Amino acid sequence: MSTPYAKLPRWADYGLIPLINLLVAFAVAGLVVLLVGENPFRAAVILVDGAFGSGPGIAYTLFYATSFIFTGLAVAVAFHGGLFNIGGEGQAYFAGLGVALACLPFDGFLPWYLIFLLAILCSAVFGALWALIPAYLQAKRGSHIVITTIMFNFIASSLMVYMLVDVLKPTGSMAPQTRQFLEGAQLPRLGFLFDYIGMKVRPSVPLNISFLLALFMAFLVWVLIWRTKLGYEIRTMGFSPKAARYAGISETRIIIVTMLISGALAGMMAMNPIMGDQHNVPLDFVAGAGFVGIAVALMGRSHPAGIVPAAILFGMLYQGGAELSFEMPSISRDMIVIIQGLVILFAGALEHMFRPAVQAMFASVSPKSVGVVAAKGEGA
Amino acid sequence: MDFLDVVVNVLNSTVRLSVPLLLACLAGLYSERAGIFDIGLEGKMLAGAFAGAAAASVFGSAWIGLLIAILVAVFLALVHGFASITHRGNQIVSGVAINFIAAGSTIILGQAWFNQGGRTPSLPSDARFNAIVLPGADAVRDVPILGEIYSGLLSGHSLLVYLAFLAVPFTWWVLFRTRFGLRLRAVGENPAAVDTAGISVAWLRYRAVICTGILTGMAGSYMALAQNAGFVKDMTAGRGYIALAALIFAKWKPVPAMFACLLFGFLDAMAIRLQGTPLPVIGRVPVQLMQALPYILTVILLAGFIGKAIPPRAGGVPYVKER
Repeated sequence: MSTPYAKLPRWADYGLIPLINLLVAFAVAGLVVLLVGENPFRAAVILVDGAFGSGPGIAYTLFYATSFIFTGLAVAVAFHGGLFNIGGEGQAYFAGLGVALACLPFDGFLPWYLIFLLAILCSAVFGALWALIPAYLQAKRGSHIVITTIMFNFIASSLMVYMLVDVLKPTGSMAPQTRQFLEGAQLPRLGFLFDYIGMKVRPSVPLNISFLLALFMAFLVWVLIWRTKLGYEIRTMGFSPKAARYAGISETRIIIVTMLISGALAGMMAMNPIMGDQHNVPLDFVAGAGFVGIAVALMGRSHPAGIVPAAILFGMLYQGGAELSFEMPSISRDMIVIIQGLVILFAGALEHMFRPAVQAMFASVSPKSVGVVAAKGEGA
Repeated sequence: MDFLDVVVNVLNSTVRLSVPLLLACLAGLYSERAGIFDIGLEGKMLAGAFAGAAAASVFGSAWIGLLIAILVAVFLALVHGFASITHRGNQIVSGVAINFIAAGSTIILGQAWFNQGGRTPSLPSDARFNAIVLPGADAVRDVPILGEIYSGLLSGHSLLVYLAFLAVPFTWWVLFRTRFGLRLRAVGENPAAVDTAGISVAWLRYRAVICTGILTGMAGSYMALAQNAGFVKDMTAGRGYIALAALIFAKWKPVPAMFACLLFGFLDAMAIRLQGTPLPVIGRVPVQLMQALPYILTVILLAGFIGKAIPPRAGGVPYVKER
């Protein structure tokens, strides 16, 4: 059996091709900017400057990136198991209830680190719960996980509106959100770290300790996927369900466990905006981060070492995009959604588009690097 | 209002609400029967709705709107085809990408071109598809039951509604009574056999996704040019996904697809009708529950009552000739 695509050197496979895909995605995004009637190069300069040009800019970039690391990891874990979890958005939204459960009863008397631990647990459990039903339905009833997780996003959104408007809203308040958290449920901010590198960051910049948690989770996901038996089973399942079944791996168990982990990771995202920034549970706090996770996971090739930079890139787009919409009012934050779609298209669905060209290039420069045999049968 | 009035009323809105689902569902039918999963129905509908409304408001003609909507939706369908047929990409990933691209660009372009917060200008009635009164509908209105059904339920819809329901037998005929349909179904079950017979798998699948594009464009136009008077951001609100669920529910067959879409449309109509009215036994149902109902029922239907839904065998698998 011939593999459809021939081998390339590792650095080209993991570095060059994703980079080309990304550049093309941004080039097409630039075309949209042109259609809107603005200069794409000026837009790019404003964007990068807004994201990395100042201490607060960097801190905001990392704040947004925190959410995307969680959701990116969530999507990536599911990808490894051959599952496509589009429900990160709903899982994170529902996990907001878990965070409220951890914070509201205890924020008056427990110290922040205890509440933080409790919130990690609760948000993970709630996120996992929201992924459990689609996982069970996929494993036992064969209903397609992509459709059920999408439905669960809509259901979560209605449920949270109901909870926030009719249940959690304090009496006498107009805004559909919980009461303001007390000190105990406010996560420490990391702005002070920037003092050491000589940048001033206002204490109001919401970069907080959950950023470190996100990095730690990235490490744990790496351990899980590449260094444990469960991770091996998940990957086997994703690579070839048939082989997994043949090896005696329970499909039901792997589907459910993978989705629980995925949902838990997505759920933890809720802490970042809620406990790190808003200090209450507002409507729609996820704000698309669950969907950004799909692009982040595809761009990072489902590896934590790729997901963290990809998340920071999208953090940059969010932060820089906010600056950009001041300068160019016609380019709102929704531009990110287009870029997200383009990244998913070029880094995901069209990931092999430039392969034959890159390969031909390699073959002509140094035939050895691609392997002469492999270079031949390639015609797509 | 007597009982019959209520029934006719609910059924009437059932028909209206199920039309976009039906068009999208039939759209998905062509593509999935040819072995191309299409989760991007939502995005194509949305882009079609925007393009249709934008063109109709600029040119003042619903027909030009429909044409542009179809062109844009076909373009997106071809992007999906390019990714999943030519480049053997993951079809679900490609569909998701198209949904995002459509969701973002309709808002950005709408804001840039019309400056109304992502809406298109409200369309005058001659730039929309208006209700068609069937012959004699007014005359028989007073005839009990049958007259009421004829004039209240069958008459008074826009052209696209009738087209959508005509598309059901037409699709059945194409799929099960023409050579193209036979090949289309074959390419979704066993592309290697089609290839061996000397027919291009890629070209067949491309034609299938073009059919998908045309129908999603019509679905979008219906929403923007007939149901509403213009485009509102995110106006498809998950209908593309519900259409997909209906397609699975109908086991990829055109006539059951129509009934599945009517069922979802009926649920939607009931949800709207029952909003705020207290029900016997349960009492007042929260609005949010009513809004979530179609999605909850989709999950339940997918989980329980469909028996075993067997998708086209080669669905989602890119065809590699060398194998």
